[in-house]
This record gives sequence, C-alpha cells and structure tokens, in this order.
Amino acid sequence: MIDQAVVDLSRWQFALTAMYHFLFVPLTLGLAFMLAIMESVYVMTGRQVWKDMTKFWGALFGINFALGVATGITMEFQFGMNWAYYSHYVGDVFGAPLAIEGLMAFFLEATLVGLFFFGWDRMSRRAHLAVTWFMALGTNFSALWILIANGWMQNPVGSEFNIETMRMEITDFAAVIFNPIAQAKFVHTVAAGYVTGAVFVLAISAWFLLNRRNVGFAKRSMTVAAAFGLAGALSVVVLGDESGYALTDNQKMKLAALEAMWETHEAPAPLTLVGFPDVENRTTHFAIDMPWALGLIATRSFDREVEGILPLVAHAEERIESGVIAWDAMMRVREDADDLEARATFEEHKFDMGYALLLTRYMEDPREATEEDIRRAAFDTVPNVPVMFWSFRVMAGLGFYFIALFATAFVLVTMRKHETRWFLKLALVSLPLPWIAAELGWLLAEYGRQPWIVEGSLPTFLGVSSLNATQIWMTIAGFTLLYGVLAVIEVMLMIHYIRKGPYPELEGGGETRPARPVTHGGARAVPAE
Amino acid sequence: MEIPISYEILRLMWWALIGVLLIGFAITDGFDLGAAALLPFVGQTDIERRVVINTMGPTWEGNQVWFILGGGAIFAAWPLVYAVSFSALYLAMFVVLAALILRPVGFKYRSKRQDPRWRTSWDWALFLGGFVPALLFGVAVGNVLVGLPFTLDADLRATWTGGFFDLLNPFALLCGLLSVSMLLLHGATWLSMKVERGPVRDRARALGPLFALASIVLFGLGGMWVAFGDLGFAQVSEIVADGPSNPLRTETVAEAGAWMNNYANQPWTILAPVLGFAGAAAAIIGIRRDSEAIAFLGSKLSVVGIIATAGLSMFPFILPSSADPNSSLTVWNSSSSHTTLFIMLIMTAIFLPIILAYTSWAFKVMWGRVTSEDVSAGGGDYY
Repeated sequence: MIDQAVVDLSRWQFALTAMYHFLFVPLTLGLAFMLAIMESVYVMTGRQVWKDMTKFWGALFGINFALGVATGITMEFQFGMNWAYYSHYVGDVFGAPLAIEGLMAFFLEATLVGLFFFGWDRMSRRAHLAVTWFMALGTNFSALWILIANGWMQNPVGSEFNIETMRMEITDFAAVIFNPIAQAKFVHTVAAGYVTGAVFVLAISAWFLLNRRNVGFAKRSMTVAAAFGLAGALSVVVLGDESGYALTDNQKMKLAALEAMWETHEAPAPLTLVGFPDVENRTTHFAIDMPWALGLIATRSFDREVEGILPLVAHAEERIESGVIAWDAMMRVREDADDLEARATFEEHKFDMGYALLLTRYMEDPREATEEDIRRAAFDTVPNVPVMFWSFRVMAGLGFYFIALFATAFVLVTMRKHETRWFLKLALVSLPLPWIAAELGWLLAEYGRQPWIVEGSLPTFLGVSSLNATQIWMTIAGFTLLYGVLAVIEVMLMIHYIRKGPYPELEGGGETRPARPVTHGGARAVPAE
Repeated sequence: MEIPISYEILRLMWWALIGVLLIGFAITDGFDLGAAALLPFVGQTDIERRVVINTMGPTWEGNQVWFILGGGAIFAAWPLVYAVSFSALYLAMFVVLAALILRPVGFKYRSKRQDPRWRTSWDWALFLGGFVPALLFGVAVGNVLVGLPFTLDADLRATWTGGFFDLLNPFALLCGLLSVSMLLLHGATWLSMKVERGPVRDRARALGPLFALASIVLFGLGGMWVAFGDLGFAQVSEIVADGPSNPLRTETVAEAGAWMNNYANQPWTILAPVLGFAGAAAAIIGIRRDSEAIAFLGSKLSVVGIIATAGLSMFPFILPSSADPNSSLTVWNSSSSHTTLFIMLIMTAIFLPIILAYTSWAFKVMWGRVTSEDVSAGGGDYY
C-alpha cells in the first residue's frame, strides 16, 4: 500500500510550489495588457511620458516575469517527478494541453519578452508595439491551455479508461478544449490577473502621489489602472466560475461544501452569507441566509435544486458499489483477456471505477469492502467544509471590495481628483489583497477537489511516485530555501526600483542614495507634460 | 474519426520529433548553457561579463522553451517515459531545476545593482545554471543507455530500486563530461561570433579547440565502451508496432553490444556519429581559420550528431530497465494513444513553423556583435 507520508509530502510540495508560482502569474497576466495599452497610447500620441510608463512598469514586469518563468519550470516537470502514476494514468489527455501551451503560448511570450526589453532601438515603434501586444496575448494563451488542463482534472470530459493500457485516453479532444469548467476558469483566472495588475499599478501610483513624486506620470498610470481594474473586477465577479458547479458530482460537492449546505434545499436554494459550519453535527450554526440567491447563481434557474452534502455522500456510496463491480471485471479480464462477459461488465461500470479506487486507501482489494468501509470511503468525498466555507467568503468578499475600489477610482479620475488622500491611502494598503484572493481561489479549486486528483477517476493518494519521504523532505527543504531567498531578493528589487521611480536622474534619487519622499518642485518635472 | 496516419508511423514520427525538440534545445539553449558556464572565465571585468551576458540576454528565454516544450511533448506523446524517467531521476531532476531556476533571475537581477559582491554572486549563480544542467543532462543520458533500475507492476505503477549515487556510475559520468565539453565548445563558438573583437573573444577562441578535442576523445571513448562494454538491450518477443501501449507485453533481455546492432542493420545511421566527430573537427578548423560561421556551424552539427547517436543506438528502446528488462519502454509500447499522437502532430505541424519564423526574426533583430560601448551606453536596456 501507498505510504501516506509520501502522499502528504507530495501534496505539500505541489501546493507550495504551485501557490508560489501563482504569486507571479496574475501580475504577469494583468501587467502585460496594461503595458500594451500604455505603449499603444505612446505610439498613437507620440508623448514621451507614455513610453516612460511602459518602460518603468515594464521593468517591474520583468522582475516579476523572471520569477514566474523560474518557478514555472518546476511546474512543468513536477508531475513526472512527484506524481508519476498520475502522469502515466492521465498523460494521454492531460499532457496534450501542456504541450500545446508550450507550442502556442510560452514560446511566443518567452521569445517576445526578450525583444520587448532589448528591441526598443532595433525596430520601428509599430513593430515594438506589436511585440508587446503579442507578448500579452502569449501570456493569456498560456493561461488558457493551463486551465484547459486543470479544467479536465475538475471535469474529465472527452476521455475514458482503457483496460489494455491501464490509463485514461482521449475520445473527444474538442470536448476537452471546450470543457465548460475550463472555459469558466480561464475567464475567471485571467480577470483575476487583470485585477492584480491594476491594483499593483494603482497602489504604487498612489504611493507616488502621496509623496508628491512623479505626479503627471502617476496620475496617468492611475487612470489606466482605474479603467482596466474596473473592467477586470466586474468580470472576475460576474464571470466567476460558479456556473460550472452544477456539472459533476465533485463540483456539486464543492459547492455544497463551500456553502456548508448539509441537506438539499427545495429550489431555489438560499445563499448563506455567514455562519459557523459544524462538521461533527453536520449543521451550520447562526446562518444568515439570502433567499433564492444560491439557486439562481448555481443553476441559473428557479426550479433546479442544489444538492446538499449528505445526499451527495449517499450518491457516492452507490457509485462505489458500482465501481467495485468494474474493478472485479477488470481483474477477471486481467486473468483471461478473452472473458467477453467480464469485458462487457467492465464497459458498463467503468465510469465508476475511480470510486472503487477510493477503497484502496483502506484495503488492497476493494472487493473485500464491508458496508462500513464503503460508508467511510464515501465520506472521503467531502472536502474540508470549514476551510472551503471561509475561503470562499473571504475571496468573494474581496471580489466585491475590488469592484468598489475601482469604481471609486474611476469616479475620482474622471473628476480629475486623483489626489484624494484618503483614497490614495486605501489604494496603497489594498496592494496585497488580490494575491490573497487569487491564492484562496486556487485553494477552493484544488483543495475542494479532494479526495480526487482527477474528479471521479483517480484519487489523489494513488497519483504519487514511488519515492520515500526523505527524498521529498530534501526537495521541500531545497525549494523552500531557494524560493525563500529569491522571494526576498525579488521584493527587495521591486522596492528598490519603485523608490528610484521612473526619473531617478531628474529627482537625484540615484542607485546609492537612500530614497526619501521628495517634496520639492523639481520632482514634478516630468518631460513632455 | 478515421485517423489518416497509421499508429506505427505516428509513433516513429513522435520518436523523431522528440529528438528534434531535444536537439533544438541543445543547439539553441546549449550555447546559453555553455556561455554561462564560461562566463566567470572568459570575462574578467564587470563590463566584459556584461558583454557575455548580453549576447544571450535577448534570446535565451525563448531558447529555454525548447526544453520546456520537450518536457511537455514527452508528457503528451510518451506519458510513461515522462513518468518513469523524472521520478527515477528525482533528486537529479531537482538539482537541474534548481540550477535552471538560477538563470532567469541571474540574467535579470545581476545588473539591477552596482555592488560588486552582488554581481559576482550572480556570475557564479549563472555559472552553476549553465554547468550543472550541462553535466546532469549528459549523466542522465548515460544512465538511460546503461538502463534505469525500475520495475512496472500490473497496474503499470513504476517502482524505482536505485539510489541517487547509483546514477554516478563511470559510463554516465563519461557521458556527463562529454555533454559538458560539447556545450562548452558550442558556447565558445557562440561567443566568438557574438562578442566584439578583444580579450573576451580571444579567450573564448583559445578555449574552443580544447573543448572540441575533449569532445572528440570522450565521444570516441563512449563509442568504444558501447561497442565493447556490457551495455545494450534487445527485444526478443515479436515487435508489434501498432499494439496498445503496455510494456508488460514485451519481452526483453540485456545483451552486451546490442546498442551497435542498428549500425549494422541500417548503415546510414553511421552518419550520426560521423557528424559528431566531423562537427567538432570543423569547429577547430573554423576557429583556426578565423571563420566564426564555420566554427559555430561545426559545433552545432557536432551537438546534433552526438545526440542523434544516443537516440539511434538505442532505437526502438527509449528507457530500458536494468532491474527488469521486461519493463523496458520502447517506441512500440509506451506512447500515447493513436488519437493523441495524431492531434499533437497536427498541432506541431501548425505551430512549429510559426515558432521557427518568429524565433528567426528575433535572432535577426538582435543580430550583430555586442560591444562594451553599447553595453555601457545602453542604460537600462542592457543587462
């Protein structure tokens, strides 16, 4: 049987490296388009300050991008290193979008990012602008293919298990690409990236304005951030990925868990605003409900029900029983490849076989499972309810906060009241919030998918490599050390560059001198004002 | 849907395509690895080192994608190979990743501060980012030629029976040194082409022939070892080229000298090792005659020849198992499904030419020698 320590450590390592990687990704997604917008204004108007903006925000983009690339290398190889059985089991389906991401997206963005930085004097303005736009498109295509891969793990469409090769294989590639969960995730994720980029530019511009530095530069940057951020913040909430939650058993479970909804409510179900989920007694205390809201959001209808956790567990029990039949048939085919009756039985029950694999956590052979074992395995399909419940509330709350923040920013910049100090302070302290929201979003998606690595097909604990705990401890320590040092360096460089500002030579705030709030008139000397 | 290309042909094409991607990586990012490993030696002053870094600055990131794409394509086309090799080489892979992670940050962050200690630290980080992968890629290929100690059970779950230090066997180390000298040669010919005339270029040109000679000697030694040593595996069961991908249906034995069989059966394959030697020799001649184009072409062809030799010697094996030869992975028993191979071929046929087009354009835009004047005057546009 599989060593539980290896499973837990592999999960920790993946979670740590993936969440660390995603500190850099959303800023890349958002800033890339903002750079393209700023440079477009420069090319259209010829005003130098817009080129300065592209270069200054571009330098910060570059510092961030370097770590995004560095940590992305780990992601591409980690499946094979730590999740070898998963890689074998689903590589036929899951590998394709990853490879296409390289072909279509990453090659494009990585080649053009070099020209973005080095090509200013080597090509025409329009050619450079095209480079910037295609680089931005590349980053977003990259997100598309990664989320198609991830969406398949949430909803493994277009594929089925092949008993000859002991793995999932593609049956309908179009279904994998147009997987509704993947599409919803893509829009939601890139919009979250736009919000991150906009909050970043807004907060740093606010810091400049609070210190009365680079005023013209900062006002223009703030205007771009306000408009871009408002569009992003509206998209991220309106096009949230709840729409996919009615699709699969696991997605239904995820929805029920993040709402801490134990029993099915008659349609349309209410949305719980706050409350205290109690796992032991399977109830939620002090719940404040908003009538109808959940039913409308999740099913887009008045009459369809949102299923509760306990009925979904009962349904999982049935699927486990059906899965055991599939397992038994597979074993008979293994003994006698010509057993046609066994093959027919397998075909009939194969879509439940993953549920039988849930039992292998407790026993070698699922056929020996008692009713008690089946009940226990069915309860494993419930993710951690309080974590889901609170993560969702914080993430969604932040989503609405960003709408309010950018709506205010939009009104202020339209009224030319950029220097409203209370708002500038608010914008500055909002800087870390989009990262918190984005990480919680991934926690909901991935932790909420447990116990599955691929929904309904393969439990997470079966996906690991045949490693020992020592090996994984060594790499966790190594990654933590390396990533920790790099994080410190990156933040240090970011702060260094921000303090230096876009016009160090005019301000005299050079490399070696400590940064200080510059309040004299010279600080406002922005060229081409 | 009826797939217009047979499973057998698609498997062959994907075997070749992975070779193309890995060779693409080795001839583009290979000179970046080599030049980064040479950085602390060919550049003595800060400005000299900046010149070296800026020969790679604009294009190394795109070059590295050949590696990422190679990994992704192995995952998509040969999932079992991806699963077994990366988990079997777990700690070695970690060291490679850690070294490669130093490169993007090293290139980007080095010039952001004036402090000499800061810059020297990044120079050595970049050295490690070039040298360590160059060495370990060779060690990995060497171990694949020896056979990796893994077994597959009935669920096709791989179990690894070796330790990290088993990877450091003499043949694998020989391959590691070959890989280092071949990529250092490639880095040296790149620098002699891209760096202004002066001390940096002279140092690169002085070192180039040494690495070329080392490549020739080590490649020759490796060849003798393969021919007369105890390496090699052979399939004894009948070849089923279009069967389901399940390695347990193949019977294989270890057979000393079997890696030479393809050269006897298909004499044209001898071109690969010939290219490996001839390319390195051409690089020496190119450097001597002051013809950088010939030198760079020579080192490039040498890389192509040496990597192709490893692939062709083992065909149809991809990942032989020394612990249980019957678990060995071959072209015929470890690919993706017929459908996936076809879809991925279409995608590659569409996107690879586009990639080659904009990559060539990027190299063209950045064409020309990097000079210390440009670098010092270029302000923030240079690393």
